[in-house]
Amino acid sequence: MNLLVTSSPHIHSGARTSRLMGDVLLALLPALFAGVWFFGLRALVLTGVTVLSCLLSEWLFRMLTRQSNTLPDLSAAVTGVLLAMTLPASVPYWLGAVGGVFAIVVVKGLIGGLGQNIFNPALAARALLVLLWPSWMVRYAPAGAALDPMSMSVDIVSAATPLHHMVMPALPTESLLDVFLGNMGGCIGEVSALALLLGGGYLMLRRVISWRIPAAYLGSVALLTLMFSKGQDPVQWMLYSLMCGGVLLGALFMATDYATSPVTPGAQLLYGVGCGVLTVLLRYYGLFPEGVTYAILLMNACAWSLDRLAPPKRFGAVKGGGVQ
Amino acid sequence: MRKLFWGGIHPEGHKDLSRGAAPVPAPLPAQVVLPMLQHIGAACTPVVKVGDQVRLGQKIGDGEGVCAPIHASVSGKVVAVEPRPHPNGQDVLSVVIENDYMDTPDDTLKPHLTHKDLSAEEILRVIRDAGIVGMGGATFPTDVKAFSALGQVDYVIINACECEPYITADDTLLCTYPEQVTRGTEILLHALTPRHTVIAVEDNKQEAIRILGEALPKEGSIELRVLPTRYPQGAEKQLIQAVTGRQVPPGKLPAAVGCAVFNAATAAAVYQAVYEGKPVTRRIVTVTGDGAAAPKNLIVRIGATFQQTLEAAGGMSEETQKVLSGGPMMGVAQKNLSVPVLKGTNAILCLKGAAPQSQTPTCIRCAKCVSVCPMHLQPLYLYRFAQAGNLRELERLHLTDCIECGSCAYSCPGQLPLVERFRRGKQQLKEANRA
Repeated sequence: MNLLVTSSPHIHSGARTSRLMGDVLLALLPALFAGVWFFGLRALVLTGVTVLSCLLSEWLFRMLTRQSNTLPDLSAAVTGVLLAMTLPASVPYWLGAVGGVFAIVVVKGLIGGLGQNIFNPALAARALLVLLWPSWMVRYAPAGAALDPMSMSVDIVSAATPLHHMVMPALPTESLLDVFLGNMGGCIGEVSALALLLGGGYLMLRRVISWRIPAAYLGSVALLTLMFSKGQDPVQWMLYSLMCGGVLLGALFMATDYATSPVTPGAQLLYGVGCGVLTVLLRYYGLFPEGVTYAILLMNACAWSLDRLAPPKRFGAVKGGGVQ
Repeated sequence: MRKLFWGGIHPEGHKDLSRGAAPVPAPLPAQVVLPMLQHIGAACTPVVKVGDQVRLGQKIGDGEGVCAPIHASVSGKVVAVEPRPHPNGQDVLSVVIENDYMDTPDDTLKPHLTHKDLSAEEILRVIRDAGIVGMGGATFPTDVKAFSALGQVDYVIINACECEPYITADDTLLCTYPEQVTRGTEILLHALTPRHTVIAVEDNKQEAIRILGEALPKEGSIELRVLPTRYPQGAEKQLIQAVTGRQVPPGKLPAAVGCAVFNAATAAAVYQAVYEGKPVTRRIVTVTGDGAAAPKNLIVRIGATFQQTLEAAGGMSEETQKVLSGGPMMGVAQKNLSVPVLKGTNAILCLKGAAPQSQTPTCIRCAKCVSVCPMHLQPLYLYRFAQAGNLRELERLHLTDCIECGSCAYSCPGQLPLVERFRRGKQQLKEANRA
């Protein structure tokens, strides 16, 4: 009998990268559903385009660089859906496709693939698209637009999003309930706070993400907008600030991206606070109304150094060994 | 859930496979192989030669310093003194005894009627003469451990956690011979005079908790502490933290935080040495796993081979792929079943399936390894720097603090061979520091 001799441990929890990514995809479904509900079937087709673009790019890039096929890990699919979440439903399909290629090939593939990338691929792609085609990227369809999926691009009367009001500064015209449900103009996946909270809650329950980054991110945005309120009612101002402009999408799905966020508990808290502070600063003083994209990308760059800055406390390095 | 130490995991227990019945003595082996290294420290030198007649319990090997003597586990004739395969994978000098099935006892070690008249030094001397080592698998000589704790500790902790999946050797001991554990504990606390004596059991052993609770001395000198089940709670540093809240500083012994930890089976061995005059010649071994025909606990003579012991439990299925000495988290895979059961062998585990090994292990930085590491390490960075051969970073990130519990590798969705890599990294660090 030939016995196998391998190193311990000899059992495994069964956790797999593909299962974690599958959970993220599942958690994004409510937000995608809300996007289709408010903006029409075109949102769904556009998501299909970005996902296909990401999958094809990943497959081709890995094949051409003679690396293993990584489609089964589902990370490219996650990038595709996340990218679509950050796009207005009215952008031309080719624009989504370009974003997918850039995310997978430039941001992720060239630097070594999954786990090696410094920047969140979906967010970096969005940042590029905003800079290259601002006219498409900041033109939002109003809720209830029911955009036609057959047209390659859509000319719409651009709707002012709540964020446009808030830079004035003024409280948005939408009610808090509408904003919570997602009945407002915006990108496909950012509008419905309810859907995002459902998905984020699922990820925390399944222990796919920890509470630290979202809590620190949302907490610092809440605190800062409450302290430096620009509305008559600071609490209302804070609630609008939290639910508009992609803060929830960013805090729950973007800032928690494994590869581009820190791993130690202390660093995760610092990182979340950094994202929150930068988001508010960029919104109050920045060029665009929105601050989430660039806040997270800037913090992405700090993820590894934050880990170094805030390592876990060494076991036993307690004064006097912790003897009372 | 309550967590008394940072991190850890909760693997499937599989303890019901082998739990329930009292331990059965395995058939006596025709031959025993007794390696001169069954403990952490210096190997023993044989004090018998080929042709000698030996009695059951007669000392056949001894040494200086951190060392525990080895005793004949059967009576009979020494037929070989030569290197033989050892469960650690190497060949180790061993004394081979042919059993005469007489079990003629050796009477060097005298039973005592009470331990109360013995001084601490006398108790330590008995422990040493009986060859007692940490019976939970760590196999550090118990007298050395107790000596370093003399006058230093306010806590004596008896480790009955048995946090490794599958193993029920200590569980069975507690259920069948609870008074051996409690009376052994009384001897230890008589020698070490701590303020608190705690027997720590995980809450997945309800029967043992009930039986042990009834066997505790009435005057309340020993506290039974039930801990929420969590691996690796039975690791010495984690157990001290769970019971006292104290953290043993890096590179220090438990005595540095006023604690001494002994395994439950070690306490029972102390009882047998003092009250019955018996050295360590047998132990309870759990033969289990999905590949074992009839999982059970056996009382096995030290030096019986894995093969004989497995057969005593009905053998193993054809589909068995791995046979481990110890549990699935930290056990050592065996390629040769002619290796002997040692003082520290608490289980022989037969597994049909091997843990999956990925062709392309990929770290996605999910941080699971950081959140489960009970030593507060960052396994993903350790792996990265070990792969890069960056010894300075390995030292900065305290690779040597790693206790190789396997929680990180168990949890890793990218299936990185973390523990395997860390062992090599530690070896590299040792070599670099020697140079």
